[in-house]
Amino acid sequence: MQARISNIQRFCIHDGPGIRTTVFFQGCLMNCWWCHNPESIFYNDVNAEKFSTKYTPEELLDEIKKDLIFFDESGGGVTFSGGEPLLQPEFLKAILKLCKSNGIHNTIDTTGFCNKNVIEEISELSDLFLYDLKIINNEFHEKFTGVSNKLPLQNLKYLSKNDKIINIRIPLIPNITDTKENILEIIKFLSSLNRKHKINLLAYHRTSAGKYEKYNIENKMKDTKPTSEMKIETIKNEFFSEGFDVKIGG
Amino acid sequence: MKDRIKILRENSLNTKPMISHQRAILLTEFYKSKDISDYSIPVQRALSFKYILENKDICILDNELIVGERGQFPKSTPTYPEICLHSLEDLDILDSRKKISFGVTDETKNIYQEQITPFWKGKSIREKIFEEMSLEWKNAYYAGIFTEFQEQRAPGHTVLGGDTFKKGFNDIKNEINKEIKNLDFSNYSEAANKREELKAMKIVTDSLITFASRHAERIEEIIQTETIPERLRELESMKAICQKVPAIAPQTFWESLQYYWFIHLGVITELNPWDSFNPGRLDQHLLPFYQNDIKKGILTKEKAKELLQAFWIKFNNHPSPPKMGVTAKESNTYTDFSLINLGGVKEDGSDAVNELTYLILDVIEEMRLLQPGSMIQVSKKNPDNFIKRALKIIKTGFGQPSIFNTEEIILELLRQGKSIEDARNGGASGCVETGAFGKESYILTGYFNLPKILEITLNNGIDLQNGKMIGIKTGNPENFSSFDELMIAYEKQLNYFANIKINGNKIIEQIYSNFLPVPFLSILIDDCIKNGKDYNSGGARYNTSYVQGVGLGSITDELTSIKYNVFDKKNFTLGYLLNAMKTNFQGHETLRLKLTYNTPKYGNDDDYADDITRKVFEIFYNAIDGRPNTKGGYFRINFLPTTSHMYFGSVTGAMPDGRKAGEPLSEGISPVQGADTNGPTSVLKSAAKIDHVRTGGTLLNQKFTPQILSSEAGINGLMYLIRTYFKMDGHHIQFNVVTAKTLKKAKKEPEKYRDLIVRVAGYSDYFVDLTNELQDEIIRRTEHENM
Repeated sequence: MQARISNIQRFCIHDGPGIRTTVFFQGCLMNCWWCHNPESIFYNDVNAEKFSTKYTPEELLDEIKKDLIFFDESGGGVTFSGGEPLLQPEFLKAILKLCKSNGIHNTIDTTGFCNKNVIEEISELSDLFLYDLKIINNEFHEKFTGVSNKLPLQNLKYLSKNDKIINIRIPLIPNITDTKENILEIIKFLSSLNRKHKINLLAYHRTSAGKYEKYNIENKMKDTKPTSEMKIETIKNEFFSEGFDVKIGG
Repeated sequence: MKDRIKILRENSLNTKPMISHQRAILLTEFYKSKDISDYSIPVQRALSFKYILENKDICILDNELIVGERGQFPKSTPTYPEICLHSLEDLDILDSRKKISFGVTDETKNIYQEQITPFWKGKSIREKIFEEMSLEWKNAYYAGIFTEFQEQRAPGHTVLGGDTFKKGFNDIKNEINKEIKNLDFSNYSEAANKREELKAMKIVTDSLITFASRHAERIEEIIQTETIPERLRELESMKAICQKVPAIAPQTFWESLQYYWFIHLGVITELNPWDSFNPGRLDQHLLPFYQNDIKKGILTKEKAKELLQAFWIKFNNHPSPPKMGVTAKESNTYTDFSLINLGGVKEDGSDAVNELTYLILDVIEEMRLLQPGSMIQVSKKNPDNFIKRALKIIKTGFGQPSIFNTEEIILELLRQGKSIEDARNGGASGCVETGAFGKESYILTGYFNLPKILEITLNNGIDLQNGKMIGIKTGNPENFSSFDELMIAYEKQLNYFANIKINGNKIIEQIYSNFLPVPFLSILIDDCIKNGKDYNSGGARYNTSYVQGVGLGSITDELTSIKYNVFDKKNFTLGYLLNAMKTNFQGHETLRLKLTYNTPKYGNDDDYADDITRKVFEIFYNAIDGRPNTKGGYFRINFLPTTSHMYFGSVTGAMPDGRKAGEPLSEGISPVQGADTNGPTSVLKSAAKIDHVRTGGTLLNQKFTPQILSSEAGINGLMYLIRTYFKMDGHHIQFNVVTAKTLKKAKKEPEKYRDLIVRVAGYSDYFVDLTNELQDEIIRRTEHENM
């Protein structure tokens, strides 16, 4: 069994607790306009091959284990991100099991766009979810991500109901996700869950513009200016006043 | 910062370093006086020290709280013609060179021409050294295989221990008298030599007391004209302090600072030791005085801070004595390497971080001075808060404090045979050099160019720069059938040059022992008094001689490239590679890029390359470590470059890792600039693969943009990096928070900055991969965030 991995990044300090190694899976079924890793979206095509390297679970474990001493010292571990790690569930299960048997804390950074049985199986093996929540209005969700939000919302409810540890990550995309309406709907949705999960507000920034240029991928957000700090602060306060543990940044 | 400190600080920063001829004149006058030949050499040296301290100008500035200058005023820098006699041409160069210049007045030039040069010509240590060195030594020296620290500056490399703060110079004199009394003249010549050394020690002890009382007299004169009551009270206190210390042991915080400062001036006036001198574990030495004064109500935290700030300015007033030629190239800086140690463990092994540690960190942050340097010793027993406080200073981007591993330092010292107490009281000084403070002479003898030796090996003993045969014949490498054959040849060449270096240093050690004893430094370092033996003759409890390896990252990548491309992958023959190197890769850009980008490199946690680092380490270690010096101690290795990696690079041709001729080598144990593309954890893993415990210090630099330290997560991340590196027995790490200037360079020359990570709000990328627009944005932000 092999998975396509687009990148392995070490010394990550915003992708879960402690010092982490983040493994970026190749391929995602969503196509968000603001994606930071546009080269990792390609799935099962020539581009996917171009941007990724194949690993067996054992080979990947060897790479992860290289920084074990940093994980131990800092309470860190490995974060599976992407692309979408849940798009290669058999491999993900295999590597999660290997991590467990080596005592390595794992985190899954996901859009939640997968079938229910996948989330059920993976949740048995995972230590922490970083769960993207983008747009509640499904019409907009389809427009800006290419897919319906039915599965992500349903899966999030499932995880919450089963007492999984979840950090909700909300990308603040100017005039797309950071609208007053969307924020209110998100608050309403999150308030309906079993408990108040931690929230990270991730401001849009243009760091990845270079990748769009380098790889000649169409950048629909090219001239977008980031959400103002004042607006981010206002949004943070809205969550805060509803009793959420909310933080700007990862 | 109070106004008076601001004024003194500005004055220190803005004063241009000048050459002062006063010491040279006084020394010459003394040695010209006819009757000195009756005295032994140690006593002559002691009397010359006395003559200088009795006659040099006393400088006390308005606003000062700690007094005493080596020269006639701040930044006025004496010369030491008994070691290194500057020619008129040298003085012109010092005056006119762009970097690290010293103003030289016409008066100084005249005095040199008329008095100094005629007297010292042919007598200086530098001339003696070059006279005594072999042809092989000279060939290697001029080729840039190694440098020699003692050709312009005296052996120093030592740090004051805590015991000196507990006694006054009268007590020291009593110790000396006791040893004189106990001399056993049944072994006449030994006892006679000891008696001369002890006599010299007594003279210098009195000399410093006199020097201090001259300051008291000068303060009394100032008092006569001072009108401001507050300053008058201060001056009275200062006068009383100068009348008391160093004769009597300091009892207050203020006295202890002034006491140390007189000692410091004594050391750097006696000679120009490399690594001026250093109070070492300052937060430990000063704590009893601080606590006692606070308890008694005679000191406030604010006042203590002001005194420390005044103390800091004193260091900054004293640039490193002028260096010339190779010595200037290997250490091109005004810094005179006083490195204040904070934290670590106490003698009993317990956590040594205290309230004064934090107060001194405040002072470092506020003063932002080049000198003194500062470092934190991090023990596993120290609180996280201590590291985080230091990181918040590092974040401001002025390169201090550097960070050291207490447990590893202790292991190094224990391996070298020191007692556990001496090891715990030790630390690091200079750049990263491990020492038993107050008890060890640990002399750096010179840098050693590891890549240049490969260049010599690849050319069968010939230095391509001038076609001269300077090595030995180890065979035409094009005929080598395996990589191992190349390693064997490299080891033979390295051993050959290591022998030349060590044999040279044994002679130099004896030249200093015979001609330039340092009785003043000797009274400060145990057990010189007890042994009746000079610091330069092996009087210290421990005597270590270091050879400093340079270019570990470069040599690894060079050898790795040959192993990978020539022997394992057979991409091309060694002959082909050597030809391309001879043309400095002209017309071979594709090959050079392959060597740069598609070949394993040190610093990426890749055993393919790192195994070669380990091999080179063992070869260098076996060539040097454990060989006896002439002072009853041993030669050891460490890895630090100061600025020699630039100099060594300038004399080394194009190399198999794609480095072009003349470009800098890697520094310390850091990877080649830009070769580490796998993030900082991989760098630390690679760096920890050599056995730090068998060195006397290693230096590792890591570059970050300031954004990483702008969040709590970032500070925590770096703290864990440090803790983990130290768990792996890493010796030292320094975080260079890059400036906008560096980022601008990185934008222009991305190849050299591939390792530079930029973190923006939870997302990170390599700086060189960002768009021009975003690079500019980060440059602007960095300009804003760096102070």
